[in-house]
Amino acid sequence: MLRKFFDALAPHFHPGGKYEKWYALYEAADTIFYQPPDVTKSTAHVRDGIDLKRIMITVWLCTFPAMFYGMYNLGFQANTIFATGAFAPVDGWREAIITLLAGHDPSSWWDNLVFGAAYFVPIYMVVFIVGGFWEVLFAMKRGHEVNEGFFVTSVLFALTCPPDLPLWQAALGISFGVVIGKEVFGGTGKNFLNPALTGRAFLFFAFAPSMSGDAVWTAVDGYTGATALSIAAQQGMEALSGQLTWMDAFLGNMQGSIGETSTLMLIIGGVVLLAMGIASTRIVLGVLLGTVITSLVYGHFGDASSNPMFGVPYYWHFVLGGYAFGLFFMATDPVSASMTNAGKWWFGALIGFMVVTIRVVNPAFPEGMMLAILFANIFAPLIDHFVVQANVKRRLARG
Amino acid sequence: MEVLVSIFTDSVFMKNMALSYFLGMCTFLAISKKVDAAIGLGIAVVVVLTITVPVNNLLYTYLLAEGALSWLGEDFATVDLSFLGLICYIGVIAAMVQILEMVLDKYVPALYNALGVFLPLITVNCAILGAVLLMVQRDYNFGESVVFGFGSGVGWALAIVALAGIREKMKYSDVPDGLQGLGITFITVGLMSLGFMSFSGISL
Repeated sequence: MLRKFFDALAPHFHPGGKYEKWYALYEAADTIFYQPPDVTKSTAHVRDGIDLKRIMITVWLCTFPAMFYGMYNLGFQANTIFATGAFAPVDGWREAIITLLAGHDPSSWWDNLVFGAAYFVPIYMVVFIVGGFWEVLFAMKRGHEVNEGFFVTSVLFALTCPPDLPLWQAALGISFGVVIGKEVFGGTGKNFLNPALTGRAFLFFAFAPSMSGDAVWTAVDGYTGATALSIAAQQGMEALSGQLTWMDAFLGNMQGSIGETSTLMLIIGGVVLLAMGIASTRIVLGVLLGTVITSLVYGHFGDASSNPMFGVPYYWHFVLGGYAFGLFFMATDPVSASMTNAGKWWFGALIGFMVVTIRVVNPAFPEGMMLAILFANIFAPLIDHFVVQANVKRRLARG
Repeated sequence: MEVLVSIFTDSVFMKNMALSYFLGMCTFLAISKKVDAAIGLGIAVVVVLTITVPVNNLLYTYLLAEGALSWLGEDFATVDLSFLGLICYIGVIAAMVQILEMVLDKYVPALYNALGVFLPLITVNCAILGAVLLMVQRDYNFGESVVFGFGSGVGWALAIVALAGIREKMKYSDVPDGLQGLGITFITVGLMSLGFMSFSGISL
């Protein structure tokens, strides 16, 4: 019945129809429910239900464990602080929603979840609507299809935001990411940087006070609490392990960007991606290897008394900051990563090297995952180029 | 030794000629369509920088700087010729590029043809003059200026080769009409320098 409805609408949207300009939207709505009718015209043909849409929706679903845990944790962190009595919730529309549905009891998972949702959902909605507006506008103007890549970009972008981010900045960030990071190159699959990270990096440099520092990681007004990485950078490893066990960090019981805290939840999503072949195992292993080797080298040669970060072992690097999030969801973006199999190892290793280097050597940024991935994105096409050249040479030599 | 290593990494990554000072843009944008040509030009720039920066360093220390002529005798100890700096540096750079051009023409004609008019234009590549002026400004000694020249060249070469890689990939992009060609390249370079921001703030 739905099919008939779409078929009846179709002529209006095809070239010459009344709503020709809106074809992109029609196409998007249609393919949510049905497979596209187009088939390959030449002889080579793979029969498989998987298409870009299916892949993107899978990635989107895979972020859900981290997303829900992130909301719960956001509420838990804030409510724990309220429970001490030193800070009170600020009145406002968020508080109104929270008191309507729940309270401020840190031991009730419902209260925590509602509190987190009151912060995360508005950010995600703004990101989704503003980003979607650009996506649809470009799709209509440029005549490409509205792409589900945007689902992924928007949710990844929203999950990397700190909870306190002003909504207009979220809108600005996603606009930059979608328009400059992706659409000016022609849309999904044609860009060279990860759009979600481009937007986040733009915000990070343009509005540093709302994207970094100690005051933004908990949704409590006036409360400052350093992230695990800045504690390690400023006071050293001992101070960090005094406040936080490795297990806490692994499970995500700490403050940080909304969706980045829990390594466990991200592994759940990440394993699904790896098992389905959407994320590349080579990249993930490459990043892990690069991190282990680099941090061992720094740990061996660096002087931990002058810079405490030298003393952070690799298994702590894995669970802190945006590491797991970047590892599974950002680094494996098939568009901006290297395409060749050998290249993926190098690409991953470069990220692993860079993330530890930025965290350890660069005092300006405690966290390095975002910039490490952007940096590796820049060199990804070059890595591919050399891999291809090496293959050509080898085959020629073989005769 | 440690000083030299930090000057090298500093000039390759943190103070990259192309991506943090935006010097040498004209050749940077023009010769970055093919990776092979970009590598050739990158090597040429490395060679020119590694030679001209130390040579200009000697020129500055023994002829131009205030009191540099004191080796001629007491009378010259107060002479300050540094106002002649710009023209002398450019002269040295131009001579070096001429020599490099003749060498390339003789031994690597393929690269010579690929670089075309941009080889003599290295003379006016602001990355070269910029590196020389920075060398003077930061008071490097001879050894440091060798490392600094080499490092700046490597950094610039790295940036242009990476840009060429991206532009080769961008053949498959569908860029809006108004941004075709240079427009999108400018945006690309801007985004690249966003990635290079990962080094900003490191001080060695």
